[in-house]
Amino acid sequence: MTATESMTRPTPAATGYRLPRKVLALLILAVFLLVAIVASLLFGARSVSLSTVSDALWHFDPNNGDQGVVASRFARTVGGIVVGAALGLAGAGLQGLTRNPLADTGILGLNAGSSMSVVLAIALFGVSSLTGIMVAAFIGAAVVMILVYVVASVGRDGATPIKLALGGAAMAVGVGAITNAILMVSDSTLDQFRKWQVGTLSSTPVETFIGAIPMVVIGALILLSTARVSNAVAMGDDTATALGFNLGRARLLGSIGVVILAGTATAVAGPIAFVGLMIPHAVRLLVGSDYRWLMPASLLAGPILLLVADTVGRVIAPPSEIQVGVMCALIGGPLFILMMRSGMKSVSL
Amino acid sequence: MSQPTPNDPQPVAAKAPKAPAKPVARKNRVLRTSLWMSLAIVVTVLAYLFWGRDRLPATEVLQVLSGQSVPGTSFIILSDRLPRVAVGALAGAGLGISGALFQRWLGNPLASPDVIGVGYGASAAAVLAMLILGYNDWKLNVFALAGGLIVAAVIYWLSASGKRTGPRLILAGLAIGAMLQALIQYLLSRAEMNTASDAMHWLTGSLSSSNWNSALILLISLAVLGVFLLPFVLRQLKMLELGEDSAAALGVNVNQARILLVFVAVAMGAIPIAITGPLAFVAFLAGPISAALSRGPINIPLAGLTGATLVIVANFFAANLFADLALPVGVITGAFGAPFLIWILVRANSTGSGA
Repeated sequence: MTATESMTRPTPAATGYRLPRKVLALLILAVFLLVAIVASLLFGARSVSLSTVSDALWHFDPNNGDQGVVASRFARTVGGIVVGAALGLAGAGLQGLTRNPLADTGILGLNAGSSMSVVLAIALFGVSSLTGIMVAAFIGAAVVMILVYVVASVGRDGATPIKLALGGAAMAVGVGAITNAILMVSDSTLDQFRKWQVGTLSSTPVETFIGAIPMVVIGALILLSTARVSNAVAMGDDTATALGFNLGRARLLGSIGVVILAGTATAVAGPIAFVGLMIPHAVRLLVGSDYRWLMPASLLAGPILLLVADTVGRVIAPPSEIQVGVMCALIGGPLFILMMRSGMKSVSL
Repeated sequence: MSQPTPNDPQPVAAKAPKAPAKPVARKNRVLRTSLWMSLAIVVTVLAYLFWGRDRLPATEVLQVLSGQSVPGTSFIILSDRLPRVAVGALAGAGLGISGALFQRWLGNPLASPDVIGVGYGASAAAVLAMLILGYNDWKLNVFALAGGLIVAAVIYWLSASGKRTGPRLILAGLAIGAMLQALIQYLLSRAEMNTASDAMHWLTGSLSSSNWNSALILLISLAVLGVFLLPFVLRQLKMLELGEDSAAALGVNVNQARILLVFVAVAMGAIPIAITGPLAFVAFLAGPISAALSRGPINIPLAGLTGATLVIVANFFAANLFADLALPVGVITGAFGAPFLIWILVRANSTGSGA
């Protein structure tokens, strides 16, 4: 990792007329994203041809069955882009602001908080509109984030990675117990919820995902504005303060961005863990650890992971499918362990 | 957390850095706490026998308790309420001891089987047995037990290298737990509504299917572990707490000691989970609560007693909180455990033992 970092440390000059490496990396990501989008439209329990896809997109014929398949895949492709971008960027933001390589919206309990809040809203207040569910998801994510962070910061060493991770996991257990309690009482909520809880892009109308785009944009803009602070934080809180950054304000702002992104993603797709963990680490290999590059790259890479995971989950066991949340956990869990075993020194325990 | 527990003095006690209270005073506090705890159990059990789901005529309850047979009431008391109480107390004790062993060994109050994946192992195996294989009897319990043990073995294997076993075990457990959660949710999403509802009920943790049989199984298996292995494990734990180098110097085979410790701790937790389902937070809360009450380090037997008390009290509330609705006991331990959880997190971190 150190070699990559020194190679990609911000060096404004000296690139000459060649395409700067980081721009190239972003371009590559964009190409991969395009491939992932096309693959997501093409493959599934029933594969269609490229020409069918283009026909469905440009002159849609509702009576054509194959085009219907594409149309249904279009919704989850849009979902994959929106949710993947939100989770990838939220993960990068969390890791930067907390200087914590293990930060992830799932591991820190934000997804569990959103879930509980959504279930509460459905079961107790009969909320059913997307706006209502999103607001509930934000509140849940925000409350858990504040609790976990405050709780982990108390004490001598501040919010160390392991304290945050443990606090988040413990909070997730507690919040999950309450969620279960609500679900016990209502079978209909359970039926609705159990399908959502896995983390899935299927069976959600495209309007829902499109409705989430403004929130993701707002969250992304807020979070991207903290990139320079995250760079400073990487050198240590004291150094960042000495450089004139207001860490309290930056962390508050960043947290708002993370909560908006994670809350939106959870509201429309259910809790999906490990995306926010994996993406920034993978992207760091490409563009280095300058958050001004890392964050946009994560924004591009998140959808790639989510679309690929979703497509593979569709193809792997037809005619049924494995939801994207499960796929991400299956990929992310081993990766987490691998990181823990190899990069233990970077994770100050 | 590295202080030696006073009720079992040992030659190396002097090595421990901190000794804030006199051992005798602390021993008294543990004893006094145990007495209060036992009293609470007796009172709650009596209250539950008289005011369980439905209020029975007090005279009839007394008649049944004195050995007479009263139609209806006898059945409710002898075949429903008493076995529930017995299973609850035993399960709580097992979970409490299990959690306390982990918490003391890893020096971290957050490291309970709930959090580090072992509970999810048992749950995932049980849900698999229920939803895929259609088991609903003792085979389910065997699956849950095996699941807990296997997952613990995997987590241990992933983390057992070098000196950072503790933190690594916690992190590996978190990751495995998250994966197993995804698996459970996947299975739930695929199942028929009825079986999903059943599985959900099991996942919440409940005493409703308790009978004398399950109480006996629990009693025997926990007693075997508690009588034959636990004292030995506790002796080794005290050595391990001095640091693994010191323990090795004292002639402990550190590797073996750790494996045995993990086995006993996991089995103590997985056996109750196999029978009642995961009762949220009991393993997590028993140790810290007992430590707070006795104002000392976590005492393992006292933690077991505390676990039993927690489940018994929760069972009483589960039966009586809502007039027309019998909640599974896991709902109560989960919902009422959450504020305690936050308290423990804050407390653990402010003493620097959070991680």
